[in-house]
Amino acid sequence: MSAGSERPEGAIEAPAAAPAHWAHRHLLDVDALTRPDIELVMRTADEMHDVLERPIPKVPALRGLGVTILFYEASTRTRVSFEVAAKNLSADVVNIAAASSSVSKGESLVDTVRTVEALGADMLVIRHSVSGAPYLAAEIFSGSVLNGGDGWHAHPSQALLDLYTLRSRLPGGLLEGRKVVILGDVLHSRVARSNVWTLTAMGADLWICGPSTLLRGFEAWAARGAAGRRFTVTSDAGAALQDADAVMALRIQKERMASGLLPSLREYAARYGLTNERLRAARPDAIVMHPGPMNEGVEIAADVAAGPRSMVTDQVHNGVAVRMALLYLLAGTRRTEAGA
Amino acid sequence: MTGRRIMTAEDIRRATIRISHEIVEKHAGTGGLALVGIQRRGVPLARRLAASIRDNEGVDIPVGALDITFYRDDLSLVAQQPIVKGTDIAFDLNGKTIVLVDDVLYTGRTIRAAMDALIDYGRPQAIRLAVLVDRGHRELPIRADHVGKNVPTSREEVVKVTLEEVDGDDAVEIERRPGLAAVGGTAA
Repeated sequence: MSAGSERPEGAIEAPAAAPAHWAHRHLLDVDALTRPDIELVMRTADEMHDVLERPIPKVPALRGLGVTILFYEASTRTRVSFEVAAKNLSADVVNIAAASSSVSKGESLVDTVRTVEALGADMLVIRHSVSGAPYLAAEIFSGSVLNGGDGWHAHPSQALLDLYTLRSRLPGGLLEGRKVVILGDVLHSRVARSNVWTLTAMGADLWICGPSTLLRGFEAWAARGAAGRRFTVTSDAGAALQDADAVMALRIQKERMASGLLPSLREYAARYGLTNERLRAARPDAIVMHPGPMNEGVEIAADVAAGPRSMVTDQVHNGVAVRMALLYLLAGTRRTEAGA
Repeated sequence: MTGRRIMTAEDIRRATIRISHEIVEKHAGTGGLALVGIQRRGVPLARRLAASIRDNEGVDIPVGALDITFYRDDLSLVAQQPIVKGTDIAFDLNGKTIVLVDDVLYTGRTIRAAMDALIDYGRPQAIRLAVLVDRGHRELPIRADHVGKNVPTSREEVVKVTLEEVDGDDAVEIERRPGLAAVGGTAA
């Protein structure tokens, strides 16, 4: 159980001893979440994790609520994870796999969201290749919108499950001063962008590492900084991994890779691939994470991915608990607006 | 703010001891008996009952804590999603006689939810109910097996139980409902 009190002076101004009531109708990114909000998600996810351990991992909390999962982009784990999470809470789940079509994106999205709402959806989980698409959906949808990943912009549920997984392995669940490295293609990564917010908000000593062509924009972000946030950007994998407590490897997104950013995948693997040899610089108990899907042999060696440090399957399992927590918390605010 | 005191710390202590005797008597012993407190104030009450049974019978019986948040039937009525406080049942309740423990019995909806929650953890031989205060106004066909004190109330009143483990002191008070506040603490 994570402590709700005892919050050290953090990066984000937190009202002292906040009662931590959830006040967000949508989850579009993690940048709107305060530290007490994040703590509440973690605490609720703990309870959901316990539910998952039961013989029948199902509770009636969202009975009668319609959850529509609308994915404009390929996905296995996020989509299934949201579906399992919603079903574990007894919601009625509708899946729409909108294979990206040639229809003009803005208009089709608006129409689809209106249709989904007319069909009785109370909550909408949306993934779209265009950054900001969930914000547009939130403007027209009368229920709650959860961003399941939009373009390069944000992937809030992934960042929260990564945080949950990290906390589960750190003494006291505290990230304060822990060195966490995000290694790989951060340029194209919504996972990295959302993780920067949550990890620095929780006090981690965050290092972003990759070839300089894949770090564009992040140096400026780090330099701009924010009070109390620790955030370093480097192309030196050795320096990044030195004494690291956790390393998160990111997929090299070939499908988003314009030519010229990398000389070759082979060179990338040689210089930045996460191997056991490279991990020797990290702390002996350091953990390895990857949001998946993995290109084994490119950004992560197969023996690391399947090795004892790997938290990859924990991430998947925790993802269900964290998404249950998010659906549960958001369902409350939806009713607040509609009912009271 | 100040209400009419209907039980003092001493009253609560005596009621707890009496109920602990009743539980053992009704069950004809302590074999297969377990207590489960409903979050939040049912949990310290269950622990006190167990301590009292230990004093009387020299036996430690298992005590669990049950959070019923996910099973409430009024989730669509409350303003904000209740904070989940956690379930901790570290024993196998299959075949056991479970005594649910709560501070106040009112509409019976909490107990209905608690039975649903409990049954998701296994199949008890029997479920019984012990409460510190029964204030009437049932909305479901539920009654307590063991009651500390029956208190006639009106729906405009709030029964406020404070316990040392949670609130710093032991007392039961009745007060007029102050608008729509005072939710959360006193169970319905």
